[in-house]
Amino acid sequence: MEMRVKVGIVSCSGEERPEGTVCRMACRRLLEQTTDKTVTICLPLFIAGGREERTFASKYPTITVDGCEKRCAARATETLSAKPRMTLLIPEILRKRGLAVPRTRRNYGPEEEPVIRAVIEELAGAVDEVLAKA
Amino acid sequence: MDKTGKVVILPCSGIGKPTGALAREIAYELAERARPEKTAMTCLPLLVIGDTDALKLVRENPVITIDGCALECARKSLEAAGAKPALTCQSVKFFLAHKELKPEGVAQLNEAGRKLAGLAADELAATVDRLANGEDA
Repeated sequence: MEMRVKVGIVSCSGEERPEGTVCRMACRRLLEQTTDKTVTICLPLFIAGGREERTFASKYPTITVDGCEKRCAARATETLSAKPRMTLLIPEILRKRGLAVPRTRRNYGPEEEPVIRAVIEELAGAVDEVLAKA
Repeated sequence: MDKTGKVVILPCSGIGKPTGALAREIAYELAERARPEKTAMTCLPLLVIGDTDALKLVRENPVITIDGCALECARKSLEAAGAKPALTCQSVKFFLAHKELKPEGVAQLNEAGRKLAGLAADELAATVDRLANGEDA
């Protein structure tokens, strides 16, 4: 049976910032749309989990998605698991698309939808790029 | 309590389960509606990477962790950062107490989940008040 490579998505959760909510929502929605291509892990599991969790980025080519320049997802993945294949940053995506950061951290609706969709599109492109090289 | 004089609310970052989304929503209900003047939040991943400001915040203030599953990432990450939680709870316990409000959705909670988060925040508000007064949880 052919084993299909999946891409690991590691999202910052950024509870303190709207960009963290954008990150989490976009990653989750992409994961739901592409269950045949992607898997995820809750970022704090690199510390709270066991050996299985810490080998995540070794098992899957990984894309990290961060909400701010502190790049927790990228740094934690590289330090505690393995180097990510690609790293994305929400402010860069929104700047490139001419979109503003949402003002709230929750209860997203039509006003925030273009932002979420933009991040999903960028992330989907990154997934395809990583898979093409896998 | 120290310099910020606030109780830190630290939810899990769960991206896999509705109870993770519920934990996050409870934290927002506490920090934005129920007790905005007495609470602070920080990003859990900042503790994972050892961010100096985040470490200082959780080491010098009482912290309530709200976890979304039995793996307890919030509590364990806090303890790995050298701090002890003043109170630990799991979001599912609020559902067990209000079974008519079933949280669904991970990217975004359903209406029942949001209502449950409001009730949970109201229940936790008394603990925030005690901790803010320097009392035990």
